[in-house]
Amino acid sequence: MIVSITTKPNTVIAHLAGELDEHTAGEARKRLDLAIHMACVQNFVFDFGALTFMDSTGIGVLLGRYKSLRAKHMNIFIVNPSPHIDKILNMAGIYTIMQKISERGQNE
Amino acid sequence: MNNEFTLKLPAITQNEAFARSTVAAFCVELNPSLEQINDIKTAVSEAVTNCIVHAYRGRSDGQIEMRVCLENGGVAILIRDEGCGIADVEQAMQPFYTSMPEQERSGMGFTLMRTFMDDVQVESDPAKGTTVRMRKQIRTED
Repeated sequence: MIVSITTKPNTVIAHLAGELDEHTAGEARKRLDLAIHMACVQNFVFDFGALTFMDSTGIGVLLGRYKSLRAKHMNIFIVNPSPHIDKILNMAGIYTIMQKISERGQNE
Repeated sequence: MNNEFTLKLPAITQNEAFARSTVAAFCVELNPSLEQINDIKTAVSEAVTNCIVHAYRGRSDGQIEMRVCLENGGVAILIRDEGCGIADVEQAMQPFYTSMPEQERSGMGFTLMRTFMDDVQVESDPAKGTTVRMRKQIRTED
């Protein structure tokens, strides 16, 4: 599990790569929390393009980050989920609190 | 002929990826789609995570037994622990229910297992542990 952070004007992007499960969630939480803590922007994007596996532990990680992102009044977006991860995010209702957009920033 | 294997492995998080990948690799014989493989991997990951996080919470000596059988064009998976068991299985299987609300748990584990597999049976005894039996049909022509 690798979390790398890049920035664009007014936006922080967290790129998650590898497999997100109970074993890797601790490290992912730590890196995401640091990025959220440092962020002084309006938009936070989770890029799942290189995330090859996620189970319900990932839902817990997202719900936890949602709280701290909302506390900072940031908009939260998700880009590039694989069809399988998309299915899990849908099922858990994540898209009711985080917006799925295409990489160009359009609503999906 | 049915093909099957049994595996016992320590209930530690390092083994989650190994457990789900092993089951997925074994199922390749049935020529599953990528979606079916991902469904199976997720269901196994949920069951194994439950053993580690819930059944053997606070213990490091737990063992997970995994039996996988390919039969009639489908896969049958049994995942058993000898941990603390579940007092109320029906409640545990409710979407978003978690016994650990103080942690960041989604409570979606059993819901994902039920959604991704054709059949999920949970048997639990607080004194003996929990057994999860899941089945998924891969081929339809059999």
